[in-house]
Amino acid sequence: MSDTSVHTTDADLEDGSKRDFIFLATGATAAAGAAAVGWPLVAQMGKAADTLAAGSIEIDLSKIGEGQQLKMLWRGKPVFVRHRTAAEIAEANAVELSVLKDPEVDTDRLIAGPSGAVNQKYLVMVGVCTHFGCVPVGEAGDFDGWYCPCHGSHYDTSGRIRKGPAPKNMVIPPYSFISENVIKVG
Amino acid sequence: MSGPSTYEPKYAAAKWMDQRLPIIRMGADFMTFPSPRNLNYWYTFGGILALCLVVQILSGVILAMHYVADVDKAFASVQRIRRDVPFGWLLQSMHAVGASMFFLAVYMHMFRGLYYGSYKAPREVIWILGCAIYLAMMATAFLGYTLPWGQMSFWGATVITGFFGAVPVVGESLQEWLLGGYSVDNATLNRFFALHYLLPFVIAALVGLHVWALHHVGQNNPIGISAKTESDTLSFHPFYTVKDAFAIAVFLVIFAIFLFYLPDALGHADNYIEADALKTPPHIVPEWYFLPFYAILRAVPSKLFGILLMLGAIVVLFVLPWLDTHKVRSMRFRPIAKWFFLIFIVMCFLLGWCGAETPDNVVPVIGLGKMTFYTLSQIATLYYFAYFLIILPVLGLVEKPIKRPDSITKAVLGDSHRDAGLAPAE
Repeated sequence: MSDTSVHTTDADLEDGSKRDFIFLATGATAAAGAAAVGWPLVAQMGKAADTLAAGSIEIDLSKIGEGQQLKMLWRGKPVFVRHRTAAEIAEANAVELSVLKDPEVDTDRLIAGPSGAVNQKYLVMVGVCTHFGCVPVGEAGDFDGWYCPCHGSHYDTSGRIRKGPAPKNMVIPPYSFISENVIKVG
Repeated sequence: MSGPSTYEPKYAAAKWMDQRLPIIRMGADFMTFPSPRNLNYWYTFGGILALCLVVQILSGVILAMHYVADVDKAFASVQRIRRDVPFGWLLQSMHAVGASMFFLAVYMHMFRGLYYGSYKAPREVIWILGCAIYLAMMATAFLGYTLPWGQMSFWGATVITGFFGAVPVVGESLQEWLLGGYSVDNATLNRFFALHYLLPFVIAALVGLHVWALHHVGQNNPIGISAKTESDTLSFHPFYTVKDAFAIAVFLVIFAIFLFYLPDALGHADNYIEADALKTPPHIVPEWYFLPFYAILRAVPSKLFGILLMLGAIVVLFVLPWLDTHKVRSMRFRPIAKWFFLIFIVMCFLLGWCGAETPDNVVPVIGLGKMTFYTLSQIATLYYFAYFLIILPVLGLVEKPIKRPDSITKAVLGDSHRDAGLAPAE
């Protein structure tokens, strides 16, 4: 509106800057409101507090005989604890890293006990195929480790993927030694 | 096509209503909708599908009154429905068999559309809405299959939700967000139940749009030539209501054979074992209607690429109206495309077969040498995509159609027909 104007004309009203400001302010408030309401709607789908709380189990390794495998349910998934034989350990050590799809040394897949050294006898891993989450069968497949019946993935005695569609080695869960023979997973 | 409304309210009350909410007019116009006079039985699946949706919603709402969505009780509650609830055996089987019948009809409906070019202008939106309905049906069927909480339910859900884990970077978080936990569990079962109840109503809404679009542009027909004159069309009622009713009766006979004599023939025995997170069944297979997609998923040795291919197999349907550029709609007049279409159907069945078998097994057909199902699924997958992405676009440029009739009336009644306004013999 110019200084010389006495009457407010329609042309003056069409100066859009005030209206633009109101549009933007209204839009921004509505967007913020939608986001504030939307976030709880999205977040409720995530893990509930009780699901998060029920997250750890303890396992006594001394009860697993050589060549045996313990299967425990942890966070709705099986955890494999395998007391490997000397032959299986030797087989895991003998593998060249260059032939692995997801290269990892066997000892890197183990966690050190209270003494500070890793015990290659006990392999602890999440017993879930990294392809689509099936439970692989033990002492099976072309590499004497595990075989997934769903889509034919073969794992070796260290739980490393060797053949088939799975992209990764079987996952090592977070665990620690409470004493010489007891571990806590989770 | 839809033309001006011909409805005349006869009674004062109907007139009163018509001025306020013309809902009777809408129904009357629907029943007298001018439909091409040459529709064959392949055009009855729309009506059959509407019936399927009603059957699934009715039986489903009743089942929900008896079902318990809890990992400790779900399996037993379904068994209770089958054994203890009055007529529960009937309603549960009707719902489970009904899902298979629904897919049987939808596949016929889709193949019909593919053959007669029903996706071409001006029916692209009808086709896309149809694809959306199909996608929603797949989601609903998958969610519903989880509910009985048998071994196949559980492991099927684990494998399918595992797809989301393949998304780069955020995959695992996304998967756990969808599951509501670290793995398929109680939270998952409850949300699957809620969504399984919701989606059929979304489908019903999409069907409304699908039919609305159909009534706006008019039906396609076996010769693919638009209806131009009144003599090209017949009133929907009684001509097609009767035709649809007959087709529905035949369809219901097939439905009843499965329902009463083979209720488990289309299911999987492993789903009578309660879900066990520690034990994967030796051979996980989806329901028959997902087998071709399952075969495509397994046709490549990469997790992410397999999923993308499988999704691509559905996405390609959405864009089909722009891939098939040939001007002639019906393949009756496309001598080359017709054969490629036939091979396409064969390949779809082969993919289904591959999906049901273990990939490493050898195909038991003499003359194929030592071909495994894995190789066969790769060939069929290649053809599936080539049909849409190469064959149809190329044929659109090079194929010469054979001579087409001038009009629907001429196609039906021949050149001798002169009285254009003649009603069919009564």
